Amino acid sequence: MREVHVSEIVPIVKKLLIDANYKIGQDIVDAFDKGIQKDESPVAREVLKELKQNVGISAEGEYPICQDTGLAVLFVDIGQDVHIVGGNIREALNEGVRQAYKDGYLRKSSCDPFTRKNTGDNTPAIVHYDIVPGDKIRIMAVPKGGGAENMSRVHMLAPSAGVEGIKDFIVNRMKEAGSNPCPPTVVGVGIGGTFERTAILAKKALLRKVGERHPDPVIAKLEQEVLERINKLGIGPMGYGGTTTALDVFFEVEPCHIASLPLAVNVQCHANRHKEATI
Amino acid sequence: MANEIRLKTPLTDADVDKLKIGDKVLITGVIYTGRDAAHKRMIDLINQGKELPIDVKGQIIYYVGPTPARPGKPIGSAGPTTSYRMDAYAPKMMELGMKGMIGKGNRAPEVIAAMKKYKAIYFGATGGAGAVLARSIKKAKVVAYEDLGPEAIHRLEVEDFPAVVINDTKGNDLYVEGAKKYRKD
Repeated sequence: MREVHVSEIVPIVKKLLIDANYKIGQDIVDAFDKGIQKDESPVAREVLKELKQNVGISAEGEYPICQDTGLAVLFVDIGQDVHIVGGNIREALNEGVRQAYKDGYLRKSSCDPFTRKNTGDNTPAIVHYDIVPGDKIRIMAVPKGGGAENMSRVHMLAPSAGVEGIKDFIVNRMKEAGSNPCPPTVVGVGIGGTFERTAILAKKALLRKVGERHPDPVIAKLEQEVLERINKLGIGPMGYGGTTTALDVFFEVEPCHIASLPLAVNVQCHANRHKEATI
Repeated sequence: MANEIRLKTPLTDADVDKLKIGDKVLITGVIYTGRDAAHKRMIDLINQGKELPIDVKGQIIYYVGPTPARPGKPIGSAGPTTSYRMDAYAPKMMELGMKGMIGKGNRAPEVIAAMKKYKAIYFGATGGAGAVLARSIKKAKVVAYEDLGPEAIHRLEVEDFPAVVINDTKGNDLYVEGAKKYRKD
């Protein structure tokens, strides 16, 4: 059994969260470029240029991409042959968050749901663990802002709604969300599982890179269809009108109960921030 | 994009009356920040008949909660937050003379109606462009509710802060008109 000391985990979580908040992926920059060339609205093209300029400035390391540096969502896949030593993994992950948000000059956005009092250090992290084969720990950091998260929904469809019902729900959700989630958005969709599982699938879908299609060609085609329909809504970047409303749509699909058709739409703004590392 | 219009705060009725949806503006002067918590406290003061910590007459309130400033910088990343959370408070602020709001996202019909009634403008700043927008903020000072941290009321001195007119004093809405123009179904 491979031993991993908790002190190895802290600096990695810290670095992932700081990097995610300052350095956007090239896939997003490429998607901005595509919109700058192709969007039919001149105002939309201006906004996309501003967003591209913004991620360039943030990559210099002084200003985070967005002031909403998110709650610290972490997907942690622990190999079954790993033995974590030296302390409590939950505490190590939270310490990484604490250090990232303090030393990285990131905004602390975590608060008590009733009193609204800020926890002061952006903890607790929102952690989704999985036990996987192997002797490694894989950590994926997804700082998640509030504006787009507020536009997300879980819906338990009747199985009779079928594929059309799924597509209509997603498109209508994005239409209703309008300008609120800072379009152009990335749309994570969970289909199947149970009430809670479908939401996690939708969040996990956001870990993909723009342009990365689902390996199942039938699902990949659905992703494309929904993306095209969202981009026909006319909402455009920031909702000022245009043809670049979403950068991509990602589906994650699992079996569900014979009586159910759970569906989750996790809305993400254009700053689809995620970084990962393996220990 | 339409020609850029330069605005200097504080704003007058004449300043805001000439603006129309889709206009790009560059704002220079003093603006104040405020989010949900600060607005709630100000409305509570008004309801108690007490004076506000800032005089909102002619002023613009920017819905923002910036990241902490690095040493030597006036502010951190400072893009707009979603405005609908301030909808419950905005008409009262306009009644007291506030002339502008900067944020992102749709406003409620009663807020749009209040803009028409009291002559005020809702400006959109590019959401998620916090690093670009921070560069037009030259000075920042907390003037009230320091305990709220990023949600405290800051007095900002801005130079050519870029924004777009979303709702004008005639009741028009760029979110409605913009999408209409490019909708394809």
